[in-house]
Amino acid sequence: MKTTLILSTALTGLAFTATAQEVNVVSWGGAYERSQVEAYNKPFTEETGIKVNMIAADDPATPLNAQVEAGNVTGDVFDIEVSSAIRLCDEGALVEIDHDSLPAAPDGTPATEDFIDGALQDCAVANIFWGTVIAYNTEKFESEAPTTAADFFDTETYPGKRGLPKNPKRTLYLALIADGVAADEIYDVLSTDEGVDRAFAKLDTIKNDVVWWEAGAQPVQLLADGEVSMTTVYNGRVFDAMVAENQPFEVIWDGQYMDMDMFVIPKDAPNPEAAMEYLKFATGTQPLADQAKYIAYGPSRKSSADLVGMYEDGTTEMAPHMPTSPEHLENAVMDDPEFWADHDAELTERFNSWLASS
Amino acid sequence: MANAALDPHAAIATTASGVETGRLTTADGKPLARALARSQRRARRRAFLLVLPLLAFILITFVVPIGQMLQRSFYNDGFSANMPEVSAWFARTERGTPPDEEAWTALAADLTASAEARTIGVVGTRINYDLSGSRSLFTSTGRQVRRGIEPPYDRALQEIDEKWADPQLWSTMREASIPVTANFYLAAVDRQRDAEGNIRQVEERQQVYVMLFGRTFWLSAVITALTFVLGFPIAHLLATLPMRRSNLLMILVLLPFWTSLLVRTTSWMVLLQQQGVVNDILVWLGIIGGGQRLQMIYNQTGTIIAMTHILLPFMILPLYSVMRTINPSYVRAARSLGATSWTAFRRIYFPQTLPGLGAGAMLVFILAVGYYITPALVGGASGQLISNMIAMHMTDTLNWSMAAALAAILLAAVLVLYWLYDRLVGVDNLKLG
Repeated sequence: MKTTLILSTALTGLAFTATAQEVNVVSWGGAYERSQVEAYNKPFTEETGIKVNMIAADDPATPLNAQVEAGNVTGDVFDIEVSSAIRLCDEGALVEIDHDSLPAAPDGTPATEDFIDGALQDCAVANIFWGTVIAYNTEKFESEAPTTAADFFDTETYPGKRGLPKNPKRTLYLALIADGVAADEIYDVLSTDEGVDRAFAKLDTIKNDVVWWEAGAQPVQLLADGEVSMTTVYNGRVFDAMVAENQPFEVIWDGQYMDMDMFVIPKDAPNPEAAMEYLKFATGTQPLADQAKYIAYGPSRKSSADLVGMYEDGTTEMAPHMPTSPEHLENAVMDDPEFWADHDAELTERFNSWLASS
Repeated sequence: MANAALDPHAAIATTASGVETGRLTTADGKPLARALARSQRRARRRAFLLVLPLLAFILITFVVPIGQMLQRSFYNDGFSANMPEVSAWFARTERGTPPDEEAWTALAADLTASAEARTIGVVGTRINYDLSGSRSLFTSTGRQVRRGIEPPYDRALQEIDEKWADPQLWSTMREASIPVTANFYLAAVDRQRDAEGNIRQVEERQQVYVMLFGRTFWLSAVITALTFVLGFPIAHLLATLPMRRSNLLMILVLLPFWTSLLVRTTSWMVLLQQQGVVNDILVWLGIIGGGQRLQMIYNQTGTIIAMTHILLPFMILPLYSVMRTINPSYVRAARSLGATSWTAFRRIYFPQTLPGLGAGAMLVFILAVGYYITPALVGGASGQLISNMIAMHMTDTLNWSMAAALAAILLAAVLVLYWLYDRLVGVDNLKLG
């Protein structure tokens, strides 16, 4: 049953022959990987002498799943989403992490109190919070700019195409927020048939104006090309476009969808000690704060928040671009991994069926 | 050959003098036919050894992985392997038996063991495939039973979550207690089993796969037809133009063929999008107003245009290779015998291009049926194909059994088409180049 995967992973496994002085970290690539190299890997290697190999994947949970399935694990630390972390932990694929062994904050607050709620799971430790937000092209709305999620669905007042991701997880919540549901009631509403109907009915109102995107780089491109006037987008990506590339974009934080990325260590990792050392180092107060210098994602420790300063250009204050800054959390929807573990398959089928019907 | 007795030529030479015995034998008296067969067998074995590496390569990289993947479509032991006791109870009892004390005890024991071994997620995932919303029932119950559970188990489990009494859940668990299942195939054609085990259609708002299979085959047929209409004149030009000019034309056909698929797909995005080159030109020419820019991409139209362009060389090249071998004097003869140019084309030229047309159409159709990246990028909502669903189940939902079932149906459909083609046209008539 498993020989194929063993063979295919054995081939990739040849790429890194493990020694005690290495750790293989599988992450998401791009600007995000660069921020981790600068903030975690370089100081880690300097301090411990352990070399860090970065491996990029579209979603590191996919190779992790394949490696576990094949019984040949080649990565030591994986950076994955909460829902994947909880699922893989339930399936027995991950090492359980002793929360008390994580380093305390500089002022002595123990790790268990320093991390934001939900950032510590049985088998995973969060490093960043990231948001899916609405962004618009300011050139398209010179007289009156949109300000709320409801404006996203109002194509009369705010004309132009809309960009949305092609999945139920990051579309249904937005429809409900725009329809007047409070952020903390989203999952109660979505648990009922009427609630799902309500979300789809709201989506119906803009169905013909939507350009669907799949990869994180697409919405930024669509917005820059003028193909859409408003789109949802990952906040780090749009920050990059706004600050590094000077695009005329603006972000609406109303109804942002918050998610976490977490570090996990698979059972049978080739370098378990080095992996645990890396995980503890990378989720320390200072490295988490340093990462925000390179990308607009919020650190998972409370003690890191005050240390967040300027973007690497030295002139942009990072705090107003953080998904975790208090005024952005007022109407934020937190990801609910339990809900999506249960309903993702069903809602995805319904979503695809809805997409296909005209 | 040091041993003369094994040399067939030597054997014939020897027996030639012994013909009067009535039976051909070798020098050492063995029958000639057997000696010959043996030496040929040796030659065959040696030849087989030469192709053995290739055979092993195909077996390891092609047959075994595909076979294993297809096995997942009807074999999933996520429940049965991790819940042995309750699976045994299901095996002992009839379908429809309400859970008795023994069943509850077995369930509690399995849940405890599975939660300890941290395999409860696998169990929940398996049940969730057939009964949506039940995964967290297993994982949350698992967390609680790890802290300990007291008999009577029926009450204890229903206290944790009343869903445990749901007959639909027990029926689903019964199905899953046998690892061999047809449920993934049922789901792949928008069917499911109800609590009594009867097969029925899923609710209309959940139906998607049958429609997508239909769309995949329909669009592939349209694309094949379009590549034929566009490719036939080009192939004819290529085959009949003087060498120097046809070489230039050939380069124009091959250059895009050698360019990366992604580059070609994204350049179509640049051309066709609403703020793209084509729309800009149309607006500049005044054919359409600035407000009515055409939606030519992120829908079915985009998928058809981009895929037709990408697959065009697969139609042109086989057609060209066949057309080059057609002797022009046949058409000339037909014309001289009074046929109009249309009749000469229809009755003399076109039938001779059929082997190339068949090969081109087969290639384009089969490639189109499995196309994935182009529809994903330019297809929007209405241009998605079944392969996009397979990819989604492989990477997002991680339901590999479902992906395997969808892929198996696609494979079977293509094989049926191939068989039909063989019956109607004959595979011997294929000419790939």
